[in-house]
Amino acid sequence: MLILECPYCGVKGEETEFHGGGEAHLKRFGPGSSEEDFEGYLFHRENPKGVHLERWRHVNGCGKWFHVARDTATLEVFGSYSAQVTEPPQEIKDAISAKRPGWSWREFA
Amino acid sequence: MSTRLAQGGRRIDRRKSVEFRFNGKRLKGYEGDTLASALLANDQMMVGRSFKYHRPRGIVASGAEEPNALFNTGEGATFEPNQRATTTEIFAGLEAKSQNHWPSLEFDIGAVNAKLSRFLPAGFYYKTFMFPRFAWKHLYEPFIRQSAGLGRAPEAEDRDGDTYEHFYGFFDVVVIGGGVAGLQAAKAAGEAGAKVLVMEQTAQWGGRAAVDGGEVDGAPVADYIAATVAALEAMENVTLRRRMMGAGVYDHGYLLAYERLRDHCPDEAGPRHRLWRIRAGRIVTATGAIERPLSFAGNDIPGVMLASAVRDYIVDYGVSPGDRVVVVTNNDDAYRTAIAVKEAGLSVPVIVDARVGGGGALADQARALGIRVETGKGIAKVHGTKRVEGVAICAQAGEGAVLDEVGCDVVAMSGGWSPVVHLWSHCGGKLNWDEAQACFRPDGNRPPTDQDGEGFVLPAGAANGELGLGAGLTDADAAGKRAADETGHKPGRGKAPVAADVDEAALEPVWLMPQGAGAKLRMKAWLDYQNDVKVSDVQLAAREGYESVEHTKRYTTLGMATDQGKLSNINGLAILSDALGQPIPQTGTTTFRPPYTPISMGAIAGEARAEIFQPLRRTPMHDWHEANGAHWEPVGQWRRPYCYPKTGESHAAAVAREVMATRESLGLLDASTLGKLIVKGPDAGRFLDMLYTNMMSTLKPGKCRYGLMCSENGFLIDDGVVARLDDDTFLCHTTTGGAERIHAHMEEWLQTEWWDWKVYVANVTEQYAQIAVVGPNARKVLEKLSEDDLSAEGFPFMAWKDVTLNRIKTRVYRISFSGELSYEISVPASEGRALWNMLLEAGDEYGATPYGTEALHVMRAEKGFIMIGDETDGTVIPQDLGLHWAISKKKEDFLGKRAQERSHMTDPKRWKLVGLETVDGSVIPDGAYAVADGTNANGQRNVQGRVTSTYFSPTLGRGIAMGLVLNGPDRMGEVISFPGTDGKTYDAKIVDPVFYDKDGEKQNV
Ligand SMILES: [Zn+2]
Repeated sequence: MLILECPYCGVKGEETEFHGGGEAHLKRFGPGSSEEDFEGYLFHRENPKGVHLERWRHVNGCGKWFHVARDTATLEVFGSYSAQVTEPPQEIKDAISAKRPGWSWREFA
Repeated sequence: MSTRLAQGGRRIDRRKSVEFRFNGKRLKGYEGDTLASALLANDQMMVGRSFKYHRPRGIVASGAEEPNALFNTGEGATFEPNQRATTTEIFAGLEAKSQNHWPSLEFDIGAVNAKLSRFLPAGFYYKTFMFPRFAWKHLYEPFIRQSAGLGRAPEAEDRDGDTYEHFYGFFDVVVIGGGVAGLQAAKAAGEAGAKVLVMEQTAQWGGRAAVDGGEVDGAPVADYIAATVAALEAMENVTLRRRMMGAGVYDHGYLLAYERLRDHCPDEAGPRHRLWRIRAGRIVTATGAIERPLSFAGNDIPGVMLASAVRDYIVDYGVSPGDRVVVVTNNDDAYRTAIAVKEAGLSVPVIVDARVGGGGALADQARALGIRVETGKGIAKVHGTKRVEGVAICAQAGEGAVLDEVGCDVVAMSGGWSPVVHLWSHCGGKLNWDEAQACFRPDGNRPPTDQDGEGFVLPAGAANGELGLGAGLTDADAAGKRAADETGHKPGRGKAPVAADVDEAALEPVWLMPQGAGAKLRMKAWLDYQNDVKVSDVQLAAREGYESVEHTKRYTTLGMATDQGKLSNINGLAILSDALGQPIPQTGTTTFRPPYTPISMGAIAGEARAEIFQPLRRTPMHDWHEANGAHWEPVGQWRRPYCYPKTGESHAAAVAREVMATRESLGLLDASTLGKLIVKGPDAGRFLDMLYTNMMSTLKPGKCRYGLMCSENGFLIDDGVVARLDDDTFLCHTTTGGAERIHAHMEEWLQTEWWDWKVYVANVTEQYAQIAVVGPNARKVLEKLSEDDLSAEGFPFMAWKDVTLNRIKTRVYRISFSGELSYEISVPASEGRALWNMLLEAGDEYGATPYGTEALHVMRAEKGFIMIGDETDGTVIPQDLGLHWAISKKKEDFLGKRAQERSHMTDPKRWKLVGLETVDGSVIPDGAYAVADGTNANGQRNVQGRVTSTYFSPTLGRGIAMGLVLNGPDRMGEVISFPGTDGKTYDAKIVDPVFYDKDGEKQNV
C-alpha cells in the first residue's frame, strides 16, 4: 500500500486511489517497424531491483496519468511527474541522483 | 489433575461465576477466564487430537501461540472453527467443541494413524499420492478430504449472523503490544505530543510482567502498569485499544489491526470485529517474545506445557495445571515457574537443567525453597498417553540411558525465548542471530523503509531481544521517543523508568534432548504439534536433499498450520541446520507473512456483504422490469432482464415467445446499459481512426457505422456503433461491460501517447436511457407518436435523427442487432421510464413484447453477429471472425495493425468463425470442442475447433451455433463431431454463420 502524490491534484493518496500502468517512457512502434523493435515495444520490460520509472493513473481521483520514480526494493519514492514527457525532467533526475548516485535506467541516468 | 487453586488469579473475578459448555458438558469458570484456563480448572487437560496421527493433545501455551487447543465455537449463525482456547474469553452460554476426532475425543478411530506413523513420514503426501491415477478418486481424495483441515467448515446454508466493519485510522505513532514495553513506548511518544495508538491483543494491559514480578522505580510492576495506563488514558492524543491485534505491516506505514469487540460479550449490540486500516508515521513493535518448547520424546503428551504458561495459569488465573510439576530447561527463566509452583503450595519433584553449570540467582532461590535441581540432565522420555504420568531422566550429553524415573503430572519446559519479530519482518525488516540468547532479533540497521527511504518500524523491549524488565523498559522508552522525534515531535527529557534485572546465567542452546537421542526417541520428539511434524521428519527431509528452509517447510508442512509455526519454526530450523551441518543464520528463517494470528473472514469483508457487496446499477426502467417478473441476469454491476417469464412459463419458453413476437411483430428492449462515450474535438476523427480498425473520420454527420476496437496486441477488445453527431463530435457505443474499460482505454492513449491532440472524451452511459423498438411493426408505432419523416427514404438504415415522440425529444439511431427493422431511441435518463410506458401503450395493438438479454443473444446469433466475450476471449483477432470488411486497408496506422501483421496472426492455421448446424437439430453444449484424428503428447484427443455461441433458435426450430474451426470457411458442408460431457456426441455441419435473412432484407425495409 504505497503512498503516491498525484502531480495534477498535488495531493498524496493511498495506493487504492491509483492504478499502476507499468513501465514509463515506452516508445511506440507501429506499422512499418521491424519485428525486433515491435517485439521490444510490446513485450520487453525493465524489471529492476532499484530505481524504476513507472506509469500510474489517479483512477479514483482526477483520472490523470502520471509518472513515478521510485525504488522497487526500498519502496522509496523520488518524485512524481507529468506523463506527457518522453523523459524524466531534470529535477526528478536530480532527486534520484541525490539518493542513488550513479543510477541509470534504460537510456536515462 | 488440574484444578482451581483456593487463592490467586489476577485476571479472574471469583465473585462472578460463568457457566459454559464443552462437548455438551456444563462447566463453570469465572469472569476473566480464558476458555483454556477454565478448562484446566475443570481438569480438562486433553483438548483435541493431532492433525495427522490423531494423538491426544493438551493445552501447551497460555497465549496466541497455542497450537493444540483449537475448538469449534458457537452454533449455526455464530459457528466458527479453529478458535484458540487461550485467546477465547469465556462468557455465559459459550459453546465449545473439540475438533479432529471421531467419534469422540476420548475414543478416536483416526488414532490408528499413529500406529502407521512410519508410513506417514515427511513428504508423505507427495510420495504416497502419486500413482496409480484411479486411486485418486477412490482412495486418496476421500482420505485427504476427511483428514484435511482441523475444524469443520460452517454449513453452507448458515449465514454469519454478526456484523463487521472496517475503520480507518491515521496516527503519528502506533504501538503494537500493551505489555510494559508497549505502554512505556506509548507514554514516551504521547508525552512528546505525537498522536498515538497503542493496542493490546488480550483483554488486559501489562503483558506477562506482573506474572514475573519485579519492581519499577521502587514499586511493584503491577503498580507501574496501572499508573502508566492511567497516564495514557488521561492524554487526549493517545488512543488505547484492548483485544486488538496488529495483524500486518505493509508498505509506507500501512498497518492492519484486528479488533475483537464482542467475542467476549456476544449479547451486546454492535459489530463483532473491526478491521482497522491504519496509516502510521512510525510503528513500534512491542510484541514481546514467545517461549520455545524443548524437543524430547513424548513432548506432546497432554500435561507437557511451556514453563511460562504453567506460571501464567497459576498467577493469572489461580489454576493449577497439576500437583507435581517437573521443570525442564536450558535457561534461568524457567526457575521462576518452579518458584511459582512451589509458592502456590504445589510440588516440584525436580528441575532438570540441561546446562552442566546450572543456573544463577534464581537457581539458588529454588534450591533454598528445597527444590531438587539436576544439572547436565535431560528428559529421555515422558510417560503417559492421555496425560503425563512421569518422566525418565537422562544425561543431556548422552543417548538417553535412563538414570532416574520421576512421577509427575505436568512437565514445564523452556527452550529459551524467541522475540516476536513477525511484524518487524512483514515489510522487509531483517534479522540477526543472537548467539548468547539463541534467537533471531531485529537488525536495527536494516529496517523496513518508507517513502522517504527511512526505517518506519521500531522494535521495542522483548520483541527487540531485550528480555529483562529493566533493559526492556529502557529500550522501549528510547523507541517511543525516537518514534515521536521522527514524526516531528519533541520528546521530553524524562528518564526511562528503572528496574533491576536479576543476574541470569547464560542460556545453552538445546535443540534435541538428549543430544544423542536415537531414532526411536526422535520419532516421538515433536516440533510442530498442530501439523504433527517431528524431529525425525525434518532430518529425513535434509537427508533427501531439502536444503532450503522454505522447501523443507513445504515438504514437511512444518509451520504451515493455523499457528504458522509460532512454537516450532526456530526449533525446526535449528534441527535442519544441524542436519545440514551449517550455522543457524545460514539456514535463515521462512518468510513471516501477515496476519500475525488468523483473522475472521467477516472482518476482511467488513460491511461489503449481501446487498452492499457491490453497488447495483439500475436503468431508469429497472422498477418496471422488476414489477413485470423479469428474471435478472447480472451484467457487470448492472442487472438486466434475461427474460420475462409469465406465470408457469419456463425460461426457455419465455425466450422463444419473446423472439417470435419480435420477429413477427414488435419487441422492446431496454438497451440503456450500452456504453455511450462522447468523443469531441477538432482531432476526434483522427483519434477514432487510431482506435477503431475501420475509418471513422469519413463518417458523415447524421450517419452511423459499426466499428471494431483492438488492443495494441491486435486482439479484439470491443465493438459497437459509432454515430457522428457533428463535425467535431462522435458518440461511440460500447458493449455493456466495456463502457468504463473503453473509456479508460481512450483516456490512456489520449493522455500518454497523443497528448497534443485536441480531443475530449466523456462517459455519458448513465445520462441516457436507450430503448430498442424492434420488428416489422416498429416504424408504425413510431409514426403513431411522431410528425417527423420516418420513411425508409427519409430515415434510412444506419442513419440517426432527432425525433419528437409525443412531445418527448429523442435521438433515434436506425441500427439493428436483431436483423429486424429496428430503432434505438435515446432520451435523457429522466425521460426513460415515460418513453418506455409510451412505447408499450402505443405498441399494444401490435402485441408489443419486452424482451431480455437471452432473446437478444438468440436473435444476434441467428444473424451471425458476434458478441464480445463469446466469440472473443482475448486471443481472437477480427480476421479470425471474418470481419475483414471492417478493417481499413487505407489507414496507415491504428491500434493493433502492426500486431496483426505478426506471423502468428497471419498463420492460415488460425481457427476461423463458421456457423454450425447440428445434424439432428439438437443444441451443442456450450464450450464443446470439435475433435480431430489422433491424440496429442498428453494422450488427449486432438481438437480442431470449439463452440463460441450455441442456442436453440425458435425462428428456425433447431439448434444453431457459431464456432472457431480449423480451416472452417473452406470446409462448408463438412460434418464435424463435438463430444459433450454428457456422454453424447454432437455432429454438426459447417455452414455460413448467418442463419437468418442472409441478404438483410428485413432490417433494410
Ligand atoms: Zn490527481
